[in-house]
Amino acid sequence: MKTPNLPGPVAGFFEEMGRFMQMVGRVFAWTPRPPYDWRELLRQMVKVGVNSMPVVLLTAMFTGMVLALQTFTVLSRFSAESFVGSLVALSMVRELSAVLSGLIVAGRAGSAMGAELGTMRVTEQIDALEVMATDPVHYLVVPRVWATTLTLPLLVILGNAVGIFGGYLVAVVLMGANPVAYVNRTFQFMELTDLLSGLIKAGAFGFLLAVIGCQQGFYTTGGAEGVGRSTTAAVVVASIAILVADFFLTRLLF
Amino acid sequence: MTELARKTEPAVKIRIRDLYKSFGPKVVLDGVTVDIAPAESLVVIGGSGTGKSVLLKHIIGLLRPDSGTVEVDGTAVETLGNREITEFRRKFGMAFQEGALFDSMTVWQNVAFPLQRLKKLSHGELNDRVEECLQMVRLEGVGDKLPSQLSGGMRRRVGFARAVAHQPEILLFDEPTTGLDPVTTALIGEVILDLSNRLKTTTITITHDMESAFLIGDRIAMLNRGKIIAEAPPEEFKRLEDPRVQQFIHGRAEGPLSDEAPARGARDSRDDPGAKTGESGGPSRF
Repeated sequence: MKTPNLPGPVAGFFEEMGRFMQMVGRVFAWTPRPPYDWRELLRQMVKVGVNSMPVVLLTAMFTGMVLALQTFTVLSRFSAESFVGSLVALSMVRELSAVLSGLIVAGRAGSAMGAELGTMRVTEQIDALEVMATDPVHYLVVPRVWATTLTLPLLVILGNAVGIFGGYLVAVVLMGANPVAYVNRTFQFMELTDLLSGLIKAGAFGFLLAVIGCQQGFYTTGGAEGVGRSTTAAVVVASIAILVADFFLTRLLF
Repeated sequence: MTELARKTEPAVKIRIRDLYKSFGPKVVLDGVTVDIAPAESLVVIGGSGTGKSVLLKHIIGLLRPDSGTVEVDGTAVETLGNREITEFRRKFGMAFQEGALFDSMTVWQNVAFPLQRLKKLSHGELNDRVEECLQMVRLEGVGDKLPSQLSGGMRRRVGFARAVAHQPEILLFDEPTTGLDPVTTALIGEVILDLSNRLKTTTITITHDMESAFLIGDRIAMLNRGKIIAEAPPEEFKRLEDPRVQQFIHGRAEGPLSDEAPARGARDSRDDPGAKTGESGGPSRF
């Protein structure tokens, strides 16, 4: 079977897409099959969650703060500064917390998956797994993917809280807003669907970045240099995927 | 082994017929035909990039041939589905080039891995078996160490212990001595000889180290440009007149092998596992 003569980048895109779909298919096919490695799942959740938490919280904090700062200045031009609380909270919960956490976890955990699986590939550890009657996707990819899918929403919940708190700090302490009114505004227009849509997005981003990270590592070629390429690709591809998916998910979940 | 050996003849453990495999434009195996008898130790020699590792990976079903067949105990490997191949691989133990130990696990966990996956043993039995395997490769008492704390030769011996742990019928050694010092090389040669004598397994070893080849092999086959160009028992092999064989045995730079210098892409398959999916690892990467 010869592939038709597509220009390199186009062929490359379809190849990556094909592999991605294949990997997703294999993850779903292997997930229900025993043995269930709960300990590995937990281990991966700790790895993803704990390692990324400081950066995620720091980012959320400053994003909340800068949001308050910006919107306060702009909204005060038409005397609507009382809505700063609503704006900060809704932006964080619906959008920013999930996207930023996704990007950070892609940089930390996704790249680590690319590097780890890539190294295992070039040192033949993945072949060794197959030889010992162990499917590498089942053993390596499945726990990583579900661990990230479960952990990212948890990080986002924390990010929401910290981001809203950061906004409160700036608005109340720096800009002199009324604390009671600010807190009221924060929750006045928020609905459960806002929170849920953010968390669903976070789960989807976690799934995407883990599958992409693992896929890049899994198909590594060419020794140490190849591992470097896979690690970079894991971050770049996952970040783009998260931003693109964000648009479509927002459209879907309004 | 002659061509006369028939399918039903039990004297053949592994039968390889007209095996052909190419990665992109590069033909790696170009019609390999060879038989291996039960409990025989076959050594496959050949220069880098002549497809030795690729041949091994076909036998265990890590790679699928473009055409030709590999039969093990009368079962054609390429016809097996995913589930069947898992079952099929229980027959095999494979030791990889650099050991391919799982570096997140201790030596003990590495050796125990195939036992936990392939056999149901009590904790005591498991412990005994792991110790026994480590003894076989002369590595008692390193069970708690991590692979990164071991030397290259030790890592490979742990790899051997892991390969024999579940008592396979067939052992595959991929370049067991490449890059080791002469003393360790000799030691590894002895360990392999010892293992295959003691366990009565069918053994296929890939190497380009002639000394261990003559030590380990009941029979030596030479792979060149994707074909078996010579096969004979060690003593006979030394006397073969084929100039390519003589050049290889004596490690001369001048000769027919050098004239056909390995072309571009003549790398060990280890560097090119993506070949498995038929891609060249080129421009698709970001």
